[in-house]
Amino acid sequence: MNDKHIEMRGVRKVYRFFSLDDVSLELEPGQIMGFVGPNGAGKSTTLRLAMGMIAPDAGEIRVLGHEIPRQQAVAKRDIGFVSAEMRLLPHATLGWHMDFMRSIYPEWDGSYAATLVKRFNLRTEQNARSLSLGEHVKATLLLALARRPRLLILDEPTTGLDPVARHEVISEFMDVLRDDSRSILFSSHNTVDVERISDTLTFIDRGRIVDCANKEDFLERWRRIQVQLPPGAVLPDVPNIVKRETDGHFVTLTTNQFSEGLLKLIGPHVTHVQRMNLEEIFVTNVMYHREARGQ
Amino acid sequence: MLCIHSMYSGINISQTDARPMYLQIMEQIRARVAAGDWAPGKELPSIRALAAALSVSVITVKRAYLDLETEGVIVTRHGKGSFVAEVNGLAGELKEEQLGEHLAAAAEIGQLLGLTADDLAARLRRALKDLEKK
Repeated sequence: MNDKHIEMRGVRKVYRFFSLDDVSLELEPGQIMGFVGPNGAGKSTTLRLAMGMIAPDAGEIRVLGHEIPRQQAVAKRDIGFVSAEMRLLPHATLGWHMDFMRSIYPEWDGSYAATLVKRFNLRTEQNARSLSLGEHVKATLLLALARRPRLLILDEPTTGLDPVARHEVISEFMDVLRDDSRSILFSSHNTVDVERISDTLTFIDRGRIVDCANKEDFLERWRRIQVQLPPGAVLPDVPNIVKRETDGHFVTLTTNQFSEGLLKLIGPHVTHVQRMNLEEIFVTNVMYHREARGQ
Repeated sequence: MLCIHSMYSGINISQTDARPMYLQIMEQIRARVAAGDWAPGKELPSIRALAAALSVSVITVKRAYLDLETEGVIVTRHGKGSFVAEVNGLAGELKEEQLGEHLAAAAEIGQLLGLTADDLAARLRRALKDLEKK
């Protein structure tokens, strides 16, 4: 039985100026996956492939057990998709949109929708045209959340939101995950949000997956190690160093496989061992992989 | 800075704190147990509920609970949830195990020194008395 919510294997999509190559990812029920990459890395393309909005040139995609794009109509009944590009009908009110969704989706939860209107500080009688950017994002999220889909696929859901609105929206995502049979895949370049709420992380750069692991592993594995060498001393060769900066007697090593054993190998001149936040890990990781690929 | 639902108000997660989030959660739970606010046997919020209340990922809370369990601060019963351990700071079984190990070591050293069982028992009574004085 296939119980993964998303399964992509060796997915490829070639465009004239951009190609996505060998993309594989897996999302388990009950999890939030943060999909992180610079602008133009292929985040939106990957999410659109998962939604069946575009067909892959190679590879396999299964979402909620359905083969995509062939069975996308069935899969989509249980997927809520929101992207920053989505536009509500400008001359219709939020209430009209809510009625429309209710008429299509039998799972529409009217009382939850009403709660969200209040929590997100929206007004049902307001025309979409007059919504601010942040309100518009919250309105599209509301329309997806109130269907209570098993899987939420969100493309940059917090972009354009002020800190308060971001906070409201993120609390709502966490609330979804109280139910361990539901899951969220969301792309973002805001590593602060991703670091806070994701269970697993996938880094993408220039159309390729750079790294993928559970968040705690990421944060445990990466460290910056500072060394001060006495005159004449030489740093031994140690493995798993992705970056090395030397400034006179001071050396900073960045590792993606930290262990006490590694510290022993480096020797007695270590002065500091620092944890890294997700943003630092992300940038170092991307630069390291670009170098390794000779780009 | 964060979302706190009134139920667990007071547990604060800061992303500017250099310590990882799971350590911050552990420290604050430990403090509540040590202060007696969370009494032995008290049921902890479920992992998903605490994650939702603090707006941090499930895996982070899971990690904190696992490590607290290893430390003996909490006990997790499968399908029933997590509870503050009965013996302060350490789960009963763990303390029991520790006592066994120390007694075995004491017996061994006693034998090396040529002490009789009575001598050893007398020494243990003296140690208990010293403890009472403190």
